[in-house]
Amino acid sequence: MTRWIEANSWTLGLAVLLAALLLMTKLIQPDFGASGLESLARAALPFALATVGMAIVVIAGGIDLSIAAMMAVASVTGAVLMDGATDAQSIPIVIGVLLLGLAMGAINGTLIVVTRVPDIVVTLAMLFVWQGVALLILNAPGGGIAPWLRGLITGSFGPDWLPRAIVFLAVVTAVIWLPIRRSKLGLRLYAIGSDPLAAFRSGVPVGQTRIVAYALCGLFAALGGLSVSMGTGIGEPIPGPYLLASVAAVVLGGVVLGGGRGGLLGPILAVLILRTVRMDLTLLSVDPNVAAIIEGSIMVAVVMFGAVLATRGRHA
Amino acid sequence: MTLTDTPTAMSRLGRLVVDRPLLPLIGLLILLVALLAILNPGVLSMFWVSNTLKIAIPLAMLAACQTLTMLTGGIDLSVGTAATIAAYLTATLAPLIGVPPAIAVAIASALVIGLVNGFGIAICRVHPLIMTLGTALIATGCLLVYQRYVIATGVLIPDFLLWLGTGRTWGLPNSLALFIPFAILVIWAQRRSGFGRLLYAIGANEAAARLSGVRVWQVHLTLYTLSSLIAGVTGLLYLGQIKTASLSLALPLDLPSVAAAVIGGTSIFGGRGGYGGTIVGALILTVLTSMLTLMQIPEGGRRILFGLIILAVTALFIRLTERS
Amino acid sequence: MPDVPSDAVLDATGVAKRFGAVQALKNASLQVKAGQVVALMGANGAGKSTFVKILTGVLKPDSGHVKIKGRDSTVANPAGARRWGLVPVYQEPSLIPDLSVLDNLRLGDTPVDPFRHWVSELGLPDIDPEALIRSLPLASLRIVDLARALAIEPDVLLLDELTAALPTDLVDRVLKTVRAQADAGRSVIYVSHRFNEIAAICDRATVLRDGLTVGDVAIEPGIEERIVEMMLGGAVAAAVSEDRPAKTVPTTTPRLRVKGLKTGTRLTDVSFDLHKGEVLGVVALEGQGQDELFDVLAGNRKASAGTVEVDGTPKTFHHPADAIAAGLTLVPGDRAHALLMSRSVRENIAVPLLARIKNWGAIRMGEEAAKVGQAIETLQIDTRAQGEVRRLSGGNQQKVTIARWIAKGVQTLLLFDPTRGIDIRTKRQIYGLVRDLADEGAAVLFYTSELAEIRLACDRAVVIFNGRVVDVIDAKDADESTLMRAAYGLTERAPA
Repeated sequence: MTRWIEANSWTLGLAVLLAALLLMTKLIQPDFGASGLESLARAALPFALATVGMAIVVIAGGIDLSIAAMMAVASVTGAVLMDGATDAQSIPIVIGVLLLGLAMGAINGTLIVVTRVPDIVVTLAMLFVWQGVALLILNAPGGGIAPWLRGLITGSFGPDWLPRAIVFLAVVTAVIWLPIRRSKLGLRLYAIGSDPLAAFRSGVPVGQTRIVAYALCGLFAALGGLSVSMGTGIGEPIPGPYLLASVAAVVLGGVVLGGGRGGLLGPILAVLILRTVRMDLTLLSVDPNVAAIIEGSIMVAVVMFGAVLATRGRHA
Repeated sequence: MTLTDTPTAMSRLGRLVVDRPLLPLIGLLILLVALLAILNPGVLSMFWVSNTLKIAIPLAMLAACQTLTMLTGGIDLSVGTAATIAAYLTATLAPLIGVPPAIAVAIASALVIGLVNGFGIAICRVHPLIMTLGTALIATGCLLVYQRYVIATGVLIPDFLLWLGTGRTWGLPNSLALFIPFAILVIWAQRRSGFGRLLYAIGANEAAARLSGVRVWQVHLTLYTLSSLIAGVTGLLYLGQIKTASLSLALPLDLPSVAAAVIGGTSIFGGRGGYGGTIVGALILTVLTSMLTLMQIPEGGRRILFGLIILAVTALFIRLTERS
Repeated sequence: MPDVPSDAVLDATGVAKRFGAVQALKNASLQVKAGQVVALMGANGAGKSTFVKILTGVLKPDSGHVKIKGRDSTVANPAGARRWGLVPVYQEPSLIPDLSVLDNLRLGDTPVDPFRHWVSELGLPDIDPEALIRSLPLASLRIVDLARALAIEPDVLLLDELTAALPTDLVDRVLKTVRAQADAGRSVIYVSHRFNEIAAICDRATVLRDGLTVGDVAIEPGIEERIVEMMLGGAVAAAVSEDRPAKTVPTTTPRLRVKGLKTGTRLTDVSFDLHKGEVLGVVALEGQGQDELFDVLAGNRKASAGTVEVDGTPKTFHHPADAIAAGLTLVPGDRAHALLMSRSVRENIAVPLLARIKNWGAIRMGEEAAKVGQAIETLQIDTRAQGEVRRLSGGNQQKVTIARWIAKGVQTLLLFDPTRGIDIRTKRQIYGLVRDLADEGAAVLFYTSELAEIRLACDRAVVIFNGRVVDVIDAKDADESTLMRAAYGLTERAPA
């Protein structure tokens, strides 16, 4: 037990911080309650899914700058296909969009492995490519989305205080990640991020595992893109500010840039923290643009801090 | 004396591209212009040349930021934002405090962006891409706040910027009066100044530069500040050209500026390339864009093409230079 | 060469490997029978590490073959080598730092119970299987890595410098276990520099020199001398020494005084004086702390203990620029670390001239050309391919790294194995240059992996073994076998 606390002290600290922030929210706004929590969770969902995807590639020693653009592609694809579709028709469409996400991620990963161009350059180029694809599919926000999908993340379950968006996030993350984490694939993802040479010597197929990591990132990007549409009811071809937010949340969540360390719970908590800060600023009637500046500064500061830590780690 | 590789046709071509990127690039430019003339006979005229130059110049100036940062293995994705902020501040402050102070504030703001970039990259060792993206985000937020809180009494675009941005002399755009000295200065500095040489040295082998006594952080800090300064000046020029103060004025130039430098033969890994190639790269992109417009390729298709060009050129570069 | 024994479990013959212009292995062979521990020995640069990489499937040989139990196993893939029955344990443990011990076992499909058995056999019974690898000390990692290999029950175990940085009690256990493996009928290849260990557990020793297998001898008392002779080859007698007047050790303040220097695990306690006009050789086997010593002196790494004095003033270097300001300039062992491969000869040589902010402005091209030209002249650099340093030959590249400091002005030159992998003519030029620099008043610290060079270029040599200075030898006494014995720690005596 003590060891578990020790190993997860960072995550526990984040949980305490989140609780404190929510408490503070309640103090700022005494009537903050179930509905406030619900809208917070709904707003945080795309950020959280992007962060999960980013966390997986970062754990595997990479980075994916194209994540927000892939989300846009998934969002518009879903919205265009689902516009006017029946519930029954929408299920295969959702599956198709998720497969599309896997495919986009796998393309990113394969390009990195095959061309040997560094991940940061490949995914920068692919950022533009996926942006272009999203714009080709849908030139301006539009399309539609099946109502049952919107229902999935709107409102709360039985007890008032449990927003559906949180349940949705927990379920999809657990269903996809836990089996992987427990399997040898999970070990391999951590292994190639931690020490690619030792991984190679231990018989890990490094290139293949890297492609899988990017494919998983693409899958979560697709989920994130769908969740954008679920929130707004339409498709969004212009990528949101998910790239920097996800990198910041990953770093704040205890995943070291460079790979091998951390889990998914920390980054998810970090997303919620960043979103709560944003909400509190709004509740304090801070201008939304000022709030954006504060939020951006926090994220940049977190990334700088993470970079300093990573540099220290290399020298030690 | 042994040369380490055997000259096959491929490697000879590779060496040509790597050593003298200007020749094949100019060839490509001529090819594209010829293609354009075939697609749309009668398009070529003095006016067309002048117009192409006019459009290419702000792009080429922002691409100078990418060239210089890429020489060290970095990148600066905040140039579009820095340019936009400089332009917007100048246009909105000029009626309030006069033209020279407005320009001073505009340029100072751009310098602040550069200093923040430099601090994060040089001292904290954040990857330039992430860092410049982050400052761009914050700076955009600041611009929005500024736009809401400063009582805008109207927009004034200084006359000399209009002259520079839109005027013509002997059929050629006046912006050449800014650009030609600028280009000469950059090309001179990259080879004939200590700072320029160090950019190549850091990009070619940062550890070796360090072992030779170079304090790399000093170079990075100076470089990113300089990059934002160039971006700010470009913003002023662009303001005179577009003649409106918009919150997203120069943002669409971010991606093409990277593409122009990459096409111009500057390695995104550092240590190779130069501004001469970038200028031709910017011209190629401008011609290519007008061709795509002519063929009615939508914005999305253009982005895909630019992204693929960056990827393909970089991958090709790795193949060509990876001969050791 | 012995006949190929039909009962050899591992049989490597005629293995050759070339890297660009360097023929790392010409004709290496190794036979290991069941129940044998065979030592694989060779001085620096003999091709040992290349041979090990080929045996373990990391590299593919150009020619020759490796057979394990009669089946060809020359596949460039470590997992493949393991399938054939050969399991290596490297000097750097190949464990994933961020995974627990147990997860590392799962990653490589290692059975857990035998692993536990071997870990306790090797003296770490209470290792925590849930502990992260990064939290364990290096010695424990070696044990875990070895136990993991033993648990797979390989036919052939390859141990690469296993006991380096291991405490003595663990060394004894490890040696006993390795011997027991052989006694149980398995085969072991034991790569080591340590004669006492080899005498304790090995049956035979295979010796490499210049990429060739030059001997395969049974281990018996007194065999050390013969092995040393084999590693040196016939070249001993041929080494010509210039007659130089013996230097009287000056009584003035030394240019560089190093006292009790320590950093990391390898460099434990090194002290010496280096005077103006002197060339001080450094002799050490691979990994005895010499890399760390040069890094500290060049400002590239911080010392954890000890002092460095330049002209009597204590100095601490936080950055190579500090060391350069104090006149200490490094020519690193790996030219790839020193050169801007994609840039011209001129730009490479001029970097230190431009490093400081006051030199960031316009370059005085004439002055620079003169300085660079003179350095090129002094070193006789072939400038036909000067546009890109990567296209120069190795010797010319090395000259460029030295020319850089000549152009800047030399006070104290730190040369780390400057003649490795370059042709004999260039080597001679470098010896001459080093002597000239010393005669002009510079001080030179000269680490070399070629023992004959001590006599050719140096006035004295310090011998480092296990991170400490174990001997100081005058150039006139520095014949290769004396140096080799000293380097292997066979003749330890208190340094003067």
